[in-house]
Amino acid sequence: MAQLMGESVPRTEDERFLTGRGAYVANMLPEGTVFAKFVRSTYAHARILHIDTARAAALPGVLGVFTAADLKGEIGSIFTAWLIPNSNLKTPPYSALAKDVVRYAGEAVAVVVAEDPYVAEDARELVEVTYDPLPVVVDGEAAMKAGGPPLHAEAPNNIAFHWVNAGIGDVDAVFKEADVLMSQRFVSQRLQPSAMEPRAAIAQYEPGTKGLTLHVTSQNPHVHRLVLSLVLGVPEQRFRVVAPDVGGGFGSKIPVYPWEAVVCWLAMRLGRPVKWVEDRTENFLATTHGRDQVQYVDLAAKKDGTILGIKVKVVANMGAYLSTAAPGIPTILFGFMPGGCYAIKAGKVEVTGVFTNTTPVDAYRGAGRPEALFIIERMVDILARKLGMDPAELRRKNLIPADKFPYQTALGLVYDSGNYERAMRKALDIVGYEKLRQEQGQARKEERLMGIGLSTYVEVCGLAPSAVSTGTGFQGGLWGSSTVRLSPTGKATVYTGAHPHGQGEETTFAQIVSTELGLPLADIDVVHGDTKATPMGMGTYGSRATAVEGGSIALSARKVREKARKIAGHLLEVSEDDLEFVDGKFTVKGVPTKGKTIQEIAWAAYMAGSMPKGVEPILEASTFYDPENFVFPFGTHICVVDVDKETGQVSIRRYVAVDDCGVQINPMIVEGQVHGGVLQGLAQAMLEQAVYDEHGNLLTSNFLEYLVPSSLEAPRIETDSTVTPSPHNPIGVKGVGETGAIASSQAFVNAVCDALAPYGVVHIDMPVTPEKVWKAIHGKTG
Amino acid sequence: MRPRSFEYLRPSSVKEAIGFLKDYGEEARVLAGGQSLIPIMKLRLASPHVLIDIGRIPGLSFIREEGDVLRIGAMTRHRDLEQTSLVRNRYPLLADAAHSLGDPQVRNLGTIGGSVAHADPASDWGAALMAFDTTLVVTGPKGNRTLSIDDFFREPFVTALEPTEVLTEIQIPKTVAHSGGAYLKLKRKTGDFATVAVAAQVELDGRGAIAKARIGLAAMGPTPLRARRAEEHLTGRMPNPATLAEGARLAAEGVRPTRDLRGGVEHKRAMVEVYTRRALEKAVERARR
Amino acid sequence: MAMKPGGKEQGRGASARTKEIGRHRVAVTVNGRTYEREVEPRLLLVDFIRDHLRLVGTNEGCDTTHCGACTVLLDGHAVKSCTMFAVQADGSEITTIEGLAAHGRLHPLQEAFRENHGLQCGFCTPGVVLAASELLRVNPKPTEEEIRVAISGNLCRCTGYVNIVKSVSAAASRAGGG
Repeated sequence: MAQLMGESVPRTEDERFLTGRGAYVANMLPEGTVFAKFVRSTYAHARILHIDTARAAALPGVLGVFTAADLKGEIGSIFTAWLIPNSNLKTPPYSALAKDVVRYAGEAVAVVVAEDPYVAEDARELVEVTYDPLPVVVDGEAAMKAGGPPLHAEAPNNIAFHWVNAGIGDVDAVFKEADVLMSQRFVSQRLQPSAMEPRAAIAQYEPGTKGLTLHVTSQNPHVHRLVLSLVLGVPEQRFRVVAPDVGGGFGSKIPVYPWEAVVCWLAMRLGRPVKWVEDRTENFLATTHGRDQVQYVDLAAKKDGTILGIKVKVVANMGAYLSTAAPGIPTILFGFMPGGCYAIKAGKVEVTGVFTNTTPVDAYRGAGRPEALFIIERMVDILARKLGMDPAELRRKNLIPADKFPYQTALGLVYDSGNYERAMRKALDIVGYEKLRQEQGQARKEERLMGIGLSTYVEVCGLAPSAVSTGTGFQGGLWGSSTVRLSPTGKATVYTGAHPHGQGEETTFAQIVSTELGLPLADIDVVHGDTKATPMGMGTYGSRATAVEGGSIALSARKVREKARKIAGHLLEVSEDDLEFVDGKFTVKGVPTKGKTIQEIAWAAYMAGSMPKGVEPILEASTFYDPENFVFPFGTHICVVDVDKETGQVSIRRYVAVDDCGVQINPMIVEGQVHGGVLQGLAQAMLEQAVYDEHGNLLTSNFLEYLVPSSLEAPRIETDSTVTPSPHNPIGVKGVGETGAIASSQAFVNAVCDALAPYGVVHIDMPVTPEKVWKAIHGKTG
Repeated sequence: MRPRSFEYLRPSSVKEAIGFLKDYGEEARVLAGGQSLIPIMKLRLASPHVLIDIGRIPGLSFIREEGDVLRIGAMTRHRDLEQTSLVRNRYPLLADAAHSLGDPQVRNLGTIGGSVAHADPASDWGAALMAFDTTLVVTGPKGNRTLSIDDFFREPFVTALEPTEVLTEIQIPKTVAHSGGAYLKLKRKTGDFATVAVAAQVELDGRGAIAKARIGLAAMGPTPLRARRAEEHLTGRMPNPATLAEGARLAAEGVRPTRDLRGGVEHKRAMVEVYTRRALEKAVERARR
Repeated sequence: MAMKPGGKEQGRGASARTKEIGRHRVAVTVNGRTYEREVEPRLLLVDFIRDHLRLVGTNEGCDTTHCGACTVLLDGHAVKSCTMFAVQADGSEITTIEGLAAHGRLHPLQEAFRENHGLQCGFCTPGVVLAASELLRVNPKPTEEEIRVAISGNLCRCTGYVNIVKSVSAAASRAGGG
């Protein structure tokens, strides 16, 4: 019988995707659907003087053209849901359709609804908006010093918040002990998440029941329901939100967007299903961006290589408005991690969030942790070079030892478990580190450029213990929710608060249940993404689904098993302690012929003719699992590069990833997450950058200019793992959805800087383009 | 995004196509493979009132050597130029250029004629064809006329084609023994336009010296360019490293790149030099085979 | 796109045109079945397939012909259906992802993608599989480099391409390729 934890089972969800039956929102076309298209500002900052909708409204096939005035206040402000405390956080309003002022190029000022999507686009062009331009600021540091009226009256100097993690320990004293003080400026450049599926929403209103149904590309349908319920004034119990198959999110489908609210409002107003699908240009302009931090780092160390402390000051560009999770990304998810894997004594992190006339910034794969681990891993390499120490040796000296876990870090977290040295050693062995250094020595004599970049990482995920999430201002506990229900014939349905959008949980959650209940995969169905079907759920992001939602499922399945055990004991007339459960069957110890299968118990629980006292019918159990801590996956990645001196082009010769995400439910799926995360981090390091001109126009508003890697820019990626279970998680799992992106950018940059060491290069900002490399080699500035 | 409305005409002969061009004038555009035109129509950057689809006109897609000329029909897909062994063996520069352009799906539909007539300054075919003494055959109401590639490109997206003319054929002098060429393209990633691209075609004489050299450059000006000073320097000289290096240096000296998202002026100019030298090295190597 | 400071934003001419444009009859064979429809010339092939024929397996991921999610086979060749008009496909044979499996059995590529975890969110998958199917038809034993070239017109944001390449390679190995 099935005991599938740890097996690389092919995914059950693949059949529909491979045969063209994926249920993406844009595939739906309910009877009577009309099509919405948004008119978006082409100015980054302007007063709206006048909107003339007459010509657009007169186009045949157009049902209406609506602006903020038509909304009549029926849609509330699109509020941010992470109110970080002690930060002087400003939360200016964000209108569903711009009222009076637009603050970024791409903000919606009107919406057109037509019978045909082509006509809607024709009508969109006919809407005449008269703008009175205002000064534009796109850079965070510049916005703080700009002078003149801020973007939002309530945020002088455009400061959205000022947040400090003073850590534990005396960072100033620690800095005084140092032999070596290093300062460095880094930039984690703004990125566009670029999930392949553009966002879409279809809203339907049923007047008979006053029921509103929204199908939307969301990573967290219940969060959408809660927020939109408050924004629209539609009571939650009459509001159904469904996120069907979603084509990737990477954080950009967490937030609630103004246009989603508008689509709902239109459906209620027009009495017809309203469908909106964004095109890629809109996606780049109006879907949240990621990263965008300028980082000033000071590191204190001893000349023997002991790292003592770290101070980090960051300017975080928030964009024009605060998106749903935005304030917590460069603070809570960033500010406890810049110590990385090392036993540093003290640290301090200060972050200033700034409003600018750019697209709002929110979570993007890794959400704060790539930015943090980049800092420490670059500083370690820079320190190694300064001290003339091998970077692996310097790391080994400072890694938190394996026998010190759970480990209280100087920046304030308790890392649950880890064996950093073992993972690093494995990676070094696989890549053949010693031989590579020898080869490098020879290459340098021949003036050939090759580089080796190490990246050790630990990250904080499995969001989150609710006391911590709510304590840090997140407007929600981050517990996991599940119901495991066995039908009369013993078929399991697993209802989960997760919402996988590529991560394979329909399979891995079924694997958990198969192991706990001895059921074959074919007898298990996983239901997610529909507020009508699942318990209240917090969705999938922050590498939380496996640890927290999966943990909840394991606990629910165990409750079912324990209830079944009671019933089995009752039916077999033995004590529960005399029963063992193997391969889906309860048998009396020592009497293998005497037993009951779980299917038989399921039937008995349905019939309920003879139940033990106090036990209710039906094998079903629910769990709201509030984890006691985050989980902390870790690992070491190594990138080997060769650099063409004449052109600055860098080719990745090898990329090795050794990751520890605790217990692995499905190693093949784990590996897939590493592949995808690694390439996204490498893409940040080599290719991607969201670029604004000084007028606030997004220059990278299509895939010609915004460079995501194709198969020809992607390297081979070798993976391996160690397994260090999480001691507090019900199934010992951690998370792995973001680790690749958290480790890989700095592996690449470390490798390139290592290759260019003969030229005295200390750092090159991402994306590390051939031009930047060429300039470093040929001693050019600017 | 979706294009604005247009009228669609599908002529069954070049003559009929020209008739439509006469009827509709500036309102009409010719649709070949559509891989340059349709994307800009979708963004509503171009909105012809009439599209004349020449994709079904027989006899416009061919690759053959006849007499002392390689004849390529204007509707020949990039894919065919990439994969046909005649081209790969005897005109490898053209196969290189075809392979460097777009991606497999774009190469399946896009045509050399459409690309040349579209005249994007960064286009690969413009530069590649400049490395040969290419003749363009153009058909209009008065019949055929021929144009040298050197006279064809006027400004970005503007060629010597009259509004009532259709490019129907591209002719390249048949390559002789001891000739070789290469097309090298520096791009940020697959499918991108060239940051810098160099087409180099050489003919060696009996003692191995360069009898003829032509170098085409993409993305270095409002139109594809020839590196004439480099060509002059190379002609008559043995293709040793110093000569090729000097040719490359002259090619780079002669360009005026602009700063954009693909890079700064200094780097682009330096890359022209590197890529010209490398393209020449490869061309010479192929010529010697 | 350049932007001049100050001023009005307005569209041009869209309303005047739509009234005059005639519709064209197209006949297209898709997955072995012939459809005849009257369409506007500007109707993109991808919209014809998705909205008119309701074959929604073909996806749309961008507006500049880069992502390849809309890839279908047109007379055997992989093309981006977002960069063709339906009228251009008149008389052609098209295969979409729905047409790849024959007689209820998955195509070797579909089997290989499943066995080798060649997909995650699935959005790019139909396009990638069809592009790979053309490759295997003309080149039954491709090298890794040839596979990477063949799918270089298909963007994937989830998989890092590693398992996609592995899947295509595996499909080529089984059943002697194709």
